[in-house]
Amino acid sequence: MSELTIKSTGQMISTETIDGDIATLNLGPTHPATHGIFQNILKVDGERILSAEPTIGYIHRAFEKLAERRPYNQITPITDRLNYCSSPINNIGWHMTVEKLAGIEVPKRVDYMRVIVMELARIADHLVCNSVIGVDTGALTGFTYMFQEREKIYELYEEICGARLTTNLGRIGGFERDFNDIFHAKLNAFLKEFPANFDEFDRLLTRNRIFMDRVIGAGPITAERAVEYSFSGPNLRAAGLDYDVRVMNPYSSYQDFDFSIPVGKDGDTYDRFVVRQEEIRQSLSIIRQALDKMPAGDFHANVPEFYLPPKEEVYRSMESLIYHFKIVMGETTIPAGEVYHSVEGANGELGYYLVSDGGRTPYRLHFRRPCFIYYQAYPEMIVDSVLSDAILTMSSMNVIAGELDA
Amino acid sequence: MNNEILMASILEQTNNTAVCSVDQYDMLNVNIQANQLIDLVESLKNKQGFIYLTDICAAHYPERVGSEFEVIYHLHNLVENQRVRLKVGLSESEINVPTLTGLFAGANWMERETFDFYGVNFVGHPDLRRILNMDDMDYHPLRKQYALEDETRTDKNDTFFGR
Repeated sequence: MSELTIKSTGQMISTETIDGDIATLNLGPTHPATHGIFQNILKVDGERILSAEPTIGYIHRAFEKLAERRPYNQITPITDRLNYCSSPINNIGWHMTVEKLAGIEVPKRVDYMRVIVMELARIADHLVCNSVIGVDTGALTGFTYMFQEREKIYELYEEICGARLTTNLGRIGGFERDFNDIFHAKLNAFLKEFPANFDEFDRLLTRNRIFMDRVIGAGPITAERAVEYSFSGPNLRAAGLDYDVRVMNPYSSYQDFDFSIPVGKDGDTYDRFVVRQEEIRQSLSIIRQALDKMPAGDFHANVPEFYLPPKEEVYRSMESLIYHFKIVMGETTIPAGEVYHSVEGANGELGYYLVSDGGRTPYRLHFRRPCFIYYQAYPEMIVDSVLSDAILTMSSMNVIAGELDA
Repeated sequence: MNNEILMASILEQTNNTAVCSVDQYDMLNVNIQANQLIDLVESLKNKQGFIYLTDICAAHYPERVGSEFEVIYHLHNLVENQRVRLKVGLSESEINVPTLTGLFAGANWMERETFDFYGVNFVGHPDLRRILNMDDMDYHPLRKQYALEDETRTDKNDTFFGR
């Protein structure tokens, strides 16, 4: 191993060169091997990476500025576009932030329904990430199989909210409608068929000698460095630290469920892969528990200021008409205050720092986007490794361009 | 360690100059001066176990003369599961705050983002450049004086709903 030094600019550079013939390589912004728009200016000596400098912001859409002009319910579609592989988690996290600010208590049934949706989203996100790790190692087969499973999850979203990718799912106070029979039928079919298909995928890769040789030791990070870099989610757990918001600060009744948090040891691509694989199994178990224990009750809180009344009532009762008008025009009053709420997104702690001055829109809204924070460790993780490992490291970190650039 | 104990130790550390309050969500808010930041965060990290920097962001309050800007730090003690929110008020003319990059590697991009959107100068930051906006932008877009939409537009009359 060569010495690593940190230049004054914060870049990592390797002091070792093989033959002194250094090339500059522009990896991205649109490179077929990076899934999303990421640019990295690499200094390479042959295949060995000497330094890396990420440039981000290619799809920056000024969400935080947009949010300062939008009523609270109109911010949900913005959150879709953060981590678009698991939009429902972002939506529900946002709803819970507003509920926390407004002091809304939701029925237990809503909590359980949310848990089901969020765990489905986690499965979909992890499936994409892990199967793409397979693709980047040259194993395309698992990807095609797992995308069929992801498709089934998207069909489940469709039954809940009508949308697939940018879901805009749920409302402040609960859900727009209850889970219908088709949803339950499809979910039961999914729970029955998915484990076998998933095990097949698992057999294709997890103990596959070629795959293991390829990913073990690629892009490692120690637990100490991961905490220094404020890693969260599966990446932090792969490094060996068991921080999970669902356990640490349970929201949406996660304390009612029995599940374990897998942790890795080396923080390399293989550990990140295996941690996600196990999290998928745990998520399945959480969904089953939530279905079994699903309490009776309403699918939304009784908060007429925030929750749209049924359309028929809007035409018949004056009160409903007023609430409908106020919500649609974004004239709902909300208390002034300051709140930080975080959920365990599919790739880490997704936080919402919300300042309200009592007006119709947030005064300030900041998204704590997990991959924005951990992607800055990318140069450190790939310097001194080879280019193909850098590609693998990026896909195994689950960096989502929409969330990175907000 | 509950908020009261932490508050007492922060007050001792800052010679009772920090303004602490626990909000209704059980989060300890601590208002400090920019020159107290490094010492306080260092002691929180090394002595009180706040090893995890959750987030750095800023907010702009144009009506607060003398401290128009506020830089907000969220720290997390992962062992005791306690969060604390530090706030540093800055005036528009002297918008300098020491960098935390020496204590947390992850502060680097968080501070660059805050600089990008609010123009907060993190003194000692190794690479304080714009991060999400383009390099030749000449203003800091999340400041309140920059309206989201062009205010000279005449084709859109929203006088009734304040939009």
